Amino acid sequence: MRLIRFEDWAKPIAPVRREVRSATPELDEGKPPVLFVPGFGHGAWAFAEFWLEHAAGRGFPAHAVSPRGHGGSGDTPRATLRAYTHDVVQAAASLPRQAVLVGHGAGALVVERALARYPARAAVLAAPVLGGWATLGVALRRNPAGTLPAIFGGRLRLSRRQLFSRATPEAVARGYVERLGRASARAQWQLLLHRAPEPAVGDPPVLVVGSPDDRVVPASALTRAARRYGGAPLLFPGMGHDLMLDARWREPIDAILDWLEKGGS
Amino acid sequence: MTTSTDHDSATLWRDGRPVYDRGETVCVVGAGPSGLVAIKNLRECGFGVDCYERDTGVGGGWNWRHDRSPVYGSAHLISSKPFTQYPDFPMPDDWPDYPHHSQVLTYLERYADHFDLRPHIWFGTEVVKVEPADGMRWDVTTRSTGGYGAERTHRYAAVVVANGHNWSPSLPAYEGLDDFKGKVIHSSAYKDPAELRGKRVLVIGGGNTGCDIAVEAAQQATRCWHSTRRGYWYAPKYVFGRPADQFNDAVLRLRLPLRLRQWLLQRTLRLTVGDPRRFGMRRPDHKVFETHPIVNSQLIYQVGHGGVAPVPDVARFRSYSVELTDGTEVEPDLVIAATGYRPRFEFLAPEALAATAEGRPRLHLHAFSRRHPTLAVAGLLESDSGILPLVHWQTVAIARWLRLREAAPQRAGEFWAGSVAKEPDRRWTGAKVRDTPRHWFEVSHVDYLRALQKMIDGLAGAKA
Repeated sequence: MRLIRFEDWAKPIAPVRREVRSATPELDEGKPPVLFVPGFGHGAWAFAEFWLEHAAGRGFPAHAVSPRGHGGSGDTPRATLRAYTHDVVQAAASLPRQAVLVGHGAGALVVERALARYPARAAVLAAPVLGGWATLGVALRRNPAGTLPAIFGGRLRLSRRQLFSRATPEAVARGYVERLGRASARAQWQLLLHRAPEPAVGDPPVLVVGSPDDRVVPASALTRAARRYGGAPLLFPGMGHDLMLDARWREPIDAILDWLEKGGS
Repeated sequence: MTTSTDHDSATLWRDGRPVYDRGETVCVVGAGPSGLVAIKNLRECGFGVDCYERDTGVGGGWNWRHDRSPVYGSAHLISSKPFTQYPDFPMPDDWPDYPHHSQVLTYLERYADHFDLRPHIWFGTEVVKVEPADGMRWDVTTRSTGGYGAERTHRYAAVVVANGHNWSPSLPAYEGLDDFKGKVIHSSAYKDPAELRGKRVLVIGGGNTGCDIAVEAAQQATRCWHSTRRGYWYAPKYVFGRPADQFNDAVLRLRLPLRLRQWLLQRTLRLTVGDPRRFGMRRPDHKVFETHPIVNSQLIYQVGHGGVAPVPDVARFRSYSVELTDGTEVEPDLVIAATGYRPRFEFLAPEALAATAEGRPRLHLHAFSRRHPTLAVAGLLESDSGILPLVHWQTVAIARWLRLREAAPQRAGEFWAGSVAKEPDRRWTGAKVRDTPRHWFEVSHVDYLRALQKMIDGLAGAKA
């Protein structure tokens, strides 16, 4: 726990227009709000497709935020992971009740950082891209043409094959890939080189979900991530990286909501 | 959650009256900014909490509806957002750098709702007595605010006092004050600039409130005198286009020696604000950082426009005039004494807080009673930045200390003996701060947080 936070005090992040998409249940059952955080290139739209409505249907007020430069949010030059974290913490604190944070892909890395600045009720890291050189190795092997430019500050282009399983119709998958944007070059580099996140405040329970057939996050990385929070990953074999858009999107979100209903532990 | 106390059976007695045992529950006195964060952090550490609030809403002094609230219509924060918000619940980033007091109340209300704190608060209930009981526990006697209804006593494992220290006005006993025919009010009773219209106003006090009121009087009143005991450093709200405190912390971050920082800031103030003597104000008789900072960009501007006449301290009141220490007399219709507040803990015996004869509590880190490990005070601070972040970490330390005490009494005892009981009184300020009641609780936020960091780390170490 770090009490002296000169960076937060002396250099606050500049505000930017923020897109938050929401789906709320018709009847408030007192369940905690869930805030979804997309990974690099994705926006709130990725969750608005299926997961928001589904979570709301099960009684959870569901929200998805686009970090700056993504989806419908405004942009600031040279956005960093810290700026993305700011956007997530702001969105979480604006909800009426203590929220659950769900981060997908590199959004999980942002959520880990947000947990050090906001006492979430619980957190879920879905197919977490927590960075490091191994991530780069896997990406270079699977998709050299899309990854290589990112090293030089270009856009990281994820391919249809990396993100989706064969069960997703090709035209649909192509449609999603066309909607992808990009994270800032700085944030892309920070994926490789960043300081470990500060410890979470409020000691929230953390669940890791993913797929052993994910072509971005190897199964070993899932196990490692889950072990850091004293658990084992919840696995959905046969699914691609984009759990919320894949043909079988219903299974992981149901598992996450089940876990939350059991009290998240 | 167990908040219904009516079903608890009274098996304990004190002075012939029943005492209801609340088990391991912790009592918090007051639901202002310090009380709210105490409830939240105690709950986060797994404690049950009963909070008693004499008013009907949260926010304490920031709630202008409360009769003891000191805020006036135009009050804005003097520390910018990053220094004012709780570190784990930021204010909306589309709010201004220096929010209005009503926004602070909105923020506190949202905090209470976000973390679901209201079910733990007993509104309209005031604490009458807090007395030590067997086993380092506490008997807290409460009644409805205003003295209606019967008194009830509950026994708690610990008490966190968060009753605030800016509600009991302090008015110096000026000679001849009773004979003065004009109107004299304390700044806590001042709410609206309309009260000043068409009047000749004397504002006493060079603190932030006094300066704010003098600025308003410059715009509303026919005349305004502003009386201060000494010359001060007037920090502007913005330096080089950035909130001044953010600039100050960018300098603090360099860990320069204090002398150099004082020189640098005085130089900056000289360049940006100018020499106060040119405006007829006195030269500060101290270095910067040696008194509580005054942040006001408009005072000197108003002095320059002739709206405010800076005058020295008040010597005595006469029937129709006020004599100043330099012998001149002014004839105000209205005197506003922005002379501050005194801390009051009527429900506690003074020795519980090791208070001096003047009423100054002597606590470890301004928070922990050395004699009673289960008694703490939250928010009894004056800081060179906002106070909410400091109270947040104070209450984190309090909650973790109580948790350690419960989980590992032996190690807790060693920790207490080693790092609290014997620790001498310290001032958590870099500069040598003036020794006036105004500065009893003055801390520098970085020095103070470093000390709290040490304690929180020590608690984590003792737990392992």
